[in-house]
Amino acid sequence: MTDSKYFTTTKKGEIFELKAELNSDKKEKKKEAVKKVIASMTVGKDVSALFPDVVNCMQTDNLELKKLVYLYLMNYAKSQPDMAIMAVNTFVKDCEDPNPLIRALAVRTMGCIRVDKITEYLCEPLRKCLKDEDPYVRKTAAVCVAKLHDINAQLVEDQGFLDTLKDLISDSNPMVVANAVAALSEIAESHPSSNLLDLNPQSINKLLTALNECTEWGQIFILDCLANYTPKDDREAQSICERVTPRLSHANSAVVLSAVKVLMKFMEMLSKDLDYYGTLLKKLAPPLVTLLSAEPELQYVALRNINLIVQKRPEILKHEMKVFFVKYNDPIYVKLEKLDIMIRLASQANIAQVLAELKEYATEVDVDFVRKAVRAIGRCAIKVEQSAERCVSTLLDLIQTKVNYVVQEAIVVIKDIFRKYPNKYESVIATLCENLDSLDEPEARAAMIWIVGEYAERIDNADELLESFLEGFHDESTQVQLQLLTAIVKLFLKKPTETQELVQQVLSLATQDSDNPDLRDRGYIYWRLLSTDPVAAKEVVLAEKPLISEETDLIEPTLLDELICYIGTLASVYHKPPSAFVEGGRGVVHKSLPPRTASSESTESPETAPAGAPSGEQPDVIPTQGDLLGDLLNLDLGPPVSGPPLATSSVQMGAVDLLGGGLDSLMGDEPEGIGGPNFVAPPATTVPANLGASMGSGLSDLFDLTSGVGTLSGSYVAPKAVWLPAMKAKGLEISGTFTRQVGSISMDLQLTNKALQVMTDFAIQFNRNSFGLAPAAPLQVHAPLSPNQTVEISLPLNTVGSVMKMEPLNNLQVAVKNNIDVFYFSTLYPLHILFVEDGKMDRQMFLATWKDIPNENEAQFQIRDCPLNAEAVSSRLQSSNIFTVAKRNVEGQDMLYQSLKLTNGIWVLAELRIQPGNPSFTVRVPAPALPAPGCLPPSSGQPFLPSLLPRLGVSSDGVRSSPARLEPLGTWHE
Amino acid sequence: MIGGLFIYNHKGEVLISRVYRDDIGTRRNAVDAFRVNVIHARQQVRSPVTNIARTSFFHVKRSNIWLAAVTKQNVNAAMVFEFLYKMCDVMAAYFGKISEENIKNNFVLIYELLDEILDFGYPQNSETGALKTFITQQGIKSQHQTKEEQSQITSQVTGQIGWRREGIKYRRNELFLDVLESVNLLMSPQGQVLSAHVSGRVVMKSYLSGMPECKFGMNDKIVIEKQGKGTADETSKSGKQSIAIDDCTFHQCVRLSKFDSERSISFIPPDGEFELMRYRTTKDIILPFRVIPLVREVGRTKLEVKVVIKSNFKPSLLAQKIEVRIPTPLNTSGVQVICMKGKAKYKASENAIVWKIKRMAGMKESQISAEIELLPTNDKKKWARPPISMNFEVPFAPSGLKVRYLKVFEPKLNYSDHDVIKWVRYIGRSGIYETRC
Repeated sequence: MTDSKYFTTTKKGEIFELKAELNSDKKEKKKEAVKKVIASMTVGKDVSALFPDVVNCMQTDNLELKKLVYLYLMNYAKSQPDMAIMAVNTFVKDCEDPNPLIRALAVRTMGCIRVDKITEYLCEPLRKCLKDEDPYVRKTAAVCVAKLHDINAQLVEDQGFLDTLKDLISDSNPMVVANAVAALSEIAESHPSSNLLDLNPQSINKLLTALNECTEWGQIFILDCLANYTPKDDREAQSICERVTPRLSHANSAVVLSAVKVLMKFMEMLSKDLDYYGTLLKKLAPPLVTLLSAEPELQYVALRNINLIVQKRPEILKHEMKVFFVKYNDPIYVKLEKLDIMIRLASQANIAQVLAELKEYATEVDVDFVRKAVRAIGRCAIKVEQSAERCVSTLLDLIQTKVNYVVQEAIVVIKDIFRKYPNKYESVIATLCENLDSLDEPEARAAMIWIVGEYAERIDNADELLESFLEGFHDESTQVQLQLLTAIVKLFLKKPTETQELVQQVLSLATQDSDNPDLRDRGYIYWRLLSTDPVAAKEVVLAEKPLISEETDLIEPTLLDELICYIGTLASVYHKPPSAFVEGGRGVVHKSLPPRTASSESTESPETAPAGAPSGEQPDVIPTQGDLLGDLLNLDLGPPVSGPPLATSSVQMGAVDLLGGGLDSLMGDEPEGIGGPNFVAPPATTVPANLGASMGSGLSDLFDLTSGVGTLSGSYVAPKAVWLPAMKAKGLEISGTFTRQVGSISMDLQLTNKALQVMTDFAIQFNRNSFGLAPAAPLQVHAPLSPNQTVEISLPLNTVGSVMKMEPLNNLQVAVKNNIDVFYFSTLYPLHILFVEDGKMDRQMFLATWKDIPNENEAQFQIRDCPLNAEAVSSRLQSSNIFTVAKRNVEGQDMLYQSLKLTNGIWVLAELRIQPGNPSFTVRVPAPALPAPGCLPPSSGQPFLPSLLPRLGVSSDGVRSSPARLEPLGTWHE
Repeated sequence: MIGGLFIYNHKGEVLISRVYRDDIGTRRNAVDAFRVNVIHARQQVRSPVTNIARTSFFHVKRSNIWLAAVTKQNVNAAMVFEFLYKMCDVMAAYFGKISEENIKNNFVLIYELLDEILDFGYPQNSETGALKTFITQQGIKSQHQTKEEQSQITSQVTGQIGWRREGIKYRRNELFLDVLESVNLLMSPQGQVLSAHVSGRVVMKSYLSGMPECKFGMNDKIVIEKQGKGTADETSKSGKQSIAIDDCTFHQCVRLSKFDSERSISFIPPDGEFELMRYRTTKDIILPFRVIPLVREVGRTKLEVKVVIKSNFKPSLLAQKIEVRIPTPLNTSGVQVICMKGKAKYKASENAIVWKIKRMAGMKESQISAEIELLPTNDKKKWARPPISMNFEVPFAPSGLKVRYLKVFEPKLNYSDHDVIKWVRYIGRSGIYETRC
């Protein structure tokens, strides 16, 4: 019998014909017709018109026909919900059938019909099937609970199916257990707070027993579920590991990888001194290597995971370099992954072999692979110092091949080698310069330009070389433009006499003829530097650069730890947390490795750092363009920072100012914190790494006690500072400060007439600013201001003015007019005047929001020398409208959870850790995710607020509610 | 979990589509997205996992048929691929080769299978042995089944021994063991072994009655040494013959916890043929052949190649199906070959000289020399010189593995281990056996 004929009917009037056949009396004809319908459905034809006719065929004792009708129902029920009801009776009847296969089929199919009306009828049969005597029916019913939950979660809870499902975990049949585990795990994912799975040593024991008996798939469900459990101590962790290790010999790679996940996770809890720890390490290597003899697709999954494992625990596979050698016939995706792992495993011991291989690969056909091989040679040079010389000579050999992309790639990596070993291999520059003309890729051009600029003093015709690039300046990519600008400035500083014209040319190209704000900003900075203080310019531009670290593409450690918890899954294939590619509520649960229990040791922390990096210090991760981490957080990392690190985007600066600048002056009594008229915002040269420091220094002001101002009445008020000195305003001196009292903001001004004539007709105006601050009333100076007279005015402000993003964020430009002239000045207002009185966030909301902000976005800094206790801190902050949402005590430390709300509805959350007796506080502020590049065009006149909102993970009308992380935060109390 | 499963022909037409979850969007969108982005993509497939508009597609290809699993969630990726392979095995077990014709001919059956082995995207029992008891190509079985039969089916499908049904009877109890090894080598032009390993499989074909309890023994170094502790004599005798196994994996019928604790391999086998274990060794491998290449460039338009192969095993044994593949540059215009033994031919379409020898005894040597004429090109890129590869088959296990015993116990039926007729066969084949030149 061949069914292929059903695929070929294409004539017109087909539907009518089918209809007739479906209603035929002959069973055979009916069945044939249903088959035709299914075939049409498969190829994408719409046969929904036949719904009633097909459903009529449902009542049959022919199992094959029944299954076909069910298949049809699953497809079209949703589009014909009313008619789907017609099928209910048959389903309910089938659920009572003496044949368990039919009972299971009915309950399985019913769960797939996603029509609300049907689900109501499903409850009773499902309840019976969950307690059916036949395990086949029970295992099907277990999955059906997950289906029903997906359609109507509330119904499942109301009907008590969750409890029945939990009972099935103790079922005598291993397959029922496995399916119940799978269903519960899925349901638990959408209820992160509930303790649905309720894993405890007893239930774990049951799972481990079932693990030995169920199908390969069931083993995977159980292992994946086990991986979510956190053992109470290292002993329990070890005993689970012992029972999981036999799975490493399973023929199914997914079972092996899931077992590896459990072991990698629980290993965190084991002491390295344990014999068992060493045994476990040894046991992990062979199965991982065996995965490489699986089919290519699985090899790929395995390699992506090994890539993570090698970063987390390099010791496991350090002797297995050879198995990662590339085979000629490997698919390209396997080749590229192997190469990546080879570089990670490269060490002094095996570098000779690795280099010989890499050289071999560099002659292959696939362009991507060859490029990566060339790049790998460079990375070896940086990683293994002893091999640097060999690597450089290998690269030079490759440049001699003149294969265009090989040459370009080699130049890019040689640039990195120069940065790692300055003044060592510069003899090769001449060879590099020979290939200047063949470079057509931006990255290679930028690298070459960097080299020329960096070593301008040793290259006789450096000016000619750079000038040649300048001709097509506007056609170059940003990366090249920025690099060219920097290189020419370097050249000018080194050989000022002959290159003045060149530098002027590039500065004008960058500042006047370019639309690119980054380029313009950099151009202006150089221009200003060069014109005001060439010595300082030299110090800045020709500063000694930090050496680059050996690893250029390590995954950031917290992300790595999270990904280890996802071994075997898509997250481990993409090297992204699930939240980056899974929509909706599912998968946003962040997983983390269990903390090491302190039962057997206490000083462990240095050892937990990956062995590749020096302990205690995080490896510098140099972002390259298209860097994974960058993509992932949507961070605008900008072009590779290979010159002086000037190009950090202003997007980052904006977010930082909000916290740094704002908190900075909150309680500060240092006048420069508030800023006189000459205050200059920190130049954009700040690199993100320094942010912690600058924020910290600001925050220490917050807690400074010496001034005891404003602790009782409303928020803190800084002493007045001079905003406009008399010299600059024809005798008018303005000093002032900002206050916030019971919900109203005012600007307290002190006007002094230091001129010889009377001043009248005062008026004040604000430029558009970040928070829409505007005077609520005109400036009223009642009497003319006589010489040497001072008047104090309190100007009420509101926040309904027009909004424009300022740099820094809290900058306010003010114009004051009097009978003499108009004067302009700018000042920085302390952010806390914008903290509203109802800034206390609901605790649940706080918890949810806090969890929702990715860990990696947190900023942390210290406040030093603040001898307050938690209560005092709390009340002091409250007077500035920073509210304590919750407080808890963890290991003797007080943790304060603070919230505040800005006038524009943005919430800011913070955690304050106070150790009694220690005058330093630690503040954790979850700096929210940054917006996508381009979302916030710097220096454009657009209102910035809308774009700022997503960055904070909140909306202006409140907090986006979202599921919180699984583990409870401990006991909360006020 | 898996949200949907599609099967396409080489043109990208859908042959089978089954949606398990609504989250993957409309059937149409998912189906088309994969066709447009993967099957019709211009360049080579760069990854078996593709993310299109936040939807992930896993695919495997069998001849010109594409199988794609679709999901929107963070699924266990290894499991999805294992499932796709399993799906192919199951289909092959039902109707042979996976081809467009066969899939169209069996589409009803495939839908029935998909309904059974994947529930809401969760893989269920997919052992063909069990499936064939209630999903048949004839379809209509339900009416004829007795109650006992039905519950027997369900208990087998969900049971601990899901791979074997009860009540199997053979007049003659017989079993066959095949030790199939593939030996892999990467050698430098200078004859240095860059990497070598054997990946082996023990395939068992059993025709045994009842529920036989089997125990398999081989010359595993760890086992031999453990046993040898008592009798020093035996250790010295067998010590040389035992082999170090780097790693092994087993069919799901093998009790893994027992292997982990005692290193004994015990199981109740499925009926018929199955793969009992896979293993990998890297130490003391017998490399059946050594290839000695010599390539000389004579000017810009000529290459001289000489390749010697030496067989390295007992002279009494015969290697078969020997094939040496010597790659030639793309701009080859003509080749002259002289070989001492077998036949050699230049195959322009494959850019290689293929040298075939039917049989070759151990400890022998043979040679081929070739002159390759090249067309002058101005292509700057050097010829990549792919490695010389070799194929062969030898009647022994290059790893040195020996089967020591396979004991069968069936306490309920009246046949003993001695009554079972047992056969063992060793076959060593070349895996990727390459010598760089």
